[in-house]
Amino acid sequence: MEQFFQQLLNGLAVGGIYALVALGYTMVYGVLKLINFAHGDLFTIGAYLGLTLLVSCNLSGILGPAAAVLAVFVMVALLVALLGCLLERAAYRPLRKANRLSAVVSALGASIFFQNAVMLIYGARFYVYPDYLRPDFTVSLFGMAVPGVRLLVIAASVLLMLALWAFIQRTRTGAAIRAVAIDQGAARLMGINVNRVISLVFFIGPGLGGAAGLMVGIYYGQIDFTMGWSYGLKAFTAAILGGIGNIPGAMLGGLLLGVIEALAAGYIAIAWKDAIAFLVLILILIIRPTGILGERTADKL
Amino acid sequence: MALLELKGIRVRYGNVEALHGIDLSVEEGEIVTLLGANGAGKSTTLLTISGLVRPCAGDVLFDGRSLLRIPAHDVVRQGIAQSPEGRRVFGTMTVLENLRLGAFSVRDKDKCEKTLEWIFDLFPRLFERRDQLAGTLSGGEQQMLAIGRALMAQPRLLLLDEPSLGLAPLFVRSIFETVRNISASGVTVLLVEQNARAALKLASRGYVLEVGNVVMHDTAQNLLADPSVREAYLGG
Repeated sequence: MEQFFQQLLNGLAVGGIYALVALGYTMVYGVLKLINFAHGDLFTIGAYLGLTLLVSCNLSGILGPAAAVLAVFVMVALLVALLGCLLERAAYRPLRKANRLSAVVSALGASIFFQNAVMLIYGARFYVYPDYLRPDFTVSLFGMAVPGVRLLVIAASVLLMLALWAFIQRTRTGAAIRAVAIDQGAARLMGINVNRVISLVFFIGPGLGGAAGLMVGIYYGQIDFTMGWSYGLKAFTAAILGGIGNIPGAMLGGLLLGVIEALAAGYIAIAWKDAIAFLVLILILIIRPTGILGERTADKL
Repeated sequence: MALLELKGIRVRYGNVEALHGIDLSVEEGEIVTLLGANGAGKSTTLLTISGLVRPCAGDVLFDGRSLLRIPAHDVVRQGIAQSPEGRRVFGTMTVLENLRLGAFSVRDKDKCEKTLEWIFDLFPRLFERRDQLAGTLSGGEQQMLAIGRALMAQPRLLLLDEPSLGLAPLFVRSIFETVRNISASGVTVLLVEQNARAALKLASRGYVLEVGNVVMHDTAQNLLADPSVREAYLGG
């Protein structure tokens, strides 16, 4: 039983990270019907920027590890968010009126560009987040000793998701984002500046993705320039699993995928965890091709 | 000076010219109707006024100022709202959310609430269904929502594109009645309709569009009496 709960918590931590990255895919898909293939690389950049700020800029020496991680969390999210906006301006906006395939090729190009930029700047080796950055307390939960960092990762991702949900559902700007995702022309008739909404989506998505990159660095301690590919693929899977374009779907899909993977790794074999994760994806798509919460189209013709 | 004036508007979709130089004007307080068959360019004309379609020649003047240099999302702020063809309500959002989006350009919250009350007076059905998803409404209710949503912007000029399309006859009558009420409250209306008889009974003037040209414009009474209009649009 203890193993089950430990794996469940581990799964929720990884799943929370998948969910944060998946939100970036799904929100961009929602407004532009485009898969932003460079999103995984923005996540990588988040991980590297975090390391640079914490270690090379010695913020952890100046502020102390805990405060520094918190400050860098915000800084990384903002910097990667800005990079996301820049990416949209440079790689996607000029192609807005072109056919969709051109934008997809542009996205792939941007991904290769970012990945190679990280490799050229940092080198093609693994980087290690120093141990002292990781909160090393343990919490006893129902008689289990749970690593504190695991709970912190879960808490941070859940908090970010709740904040996003409240923003999307409760604010005027959030409603504008939803409106643009449904019908851009009608949104413009309402007086919504569609370009600004798209920029905002390319701010929020990469911001969350960059923060997730930092969380991976702290949680696992190890990063490399190709990590965006594997995490990106998983998060993309999570977005599809939950129903691409659907925000709660991405959250649910991410958490679910993390938990399935962790349980598969714990009970079957760690080597099989990817295979099982994708098997679940295939099964769900056979039963519900639109994903678990996929677009409930209630529009009358 | 006319509230709205279109001067020699030409619109192209790729290589095809949809409007070949439209001249049209709407005075403050009027109901003007735009008649024509499918594909005559009526919806294109309305989309051009709202800025969603850009003309390749000509000018659109509102209150004497050109709208062509204003981005589409700012046209609403000038006082022009549109209930578009096909209604285009936000199906996965509630009725109330749709209405509030209609007021996206309005900063004054109190005024917003007043407009909302007025719209619920005009369409009590929308009030009953305010928490329902717009996509689950009937066609007639969606039409009410599209009109209500446009009115939430507190426009001086309301553009209505085929409000009677696909509706049950009873609904059609109540929609036209509501348009009269909206006009009586001081909103100028430019109405695109296929239901020419009802539109001309409501309007003070009408324009007839044929394949991208204005072929006739006159008072509604004269158009109702005109033999060629009777033949083509009023069923003889």
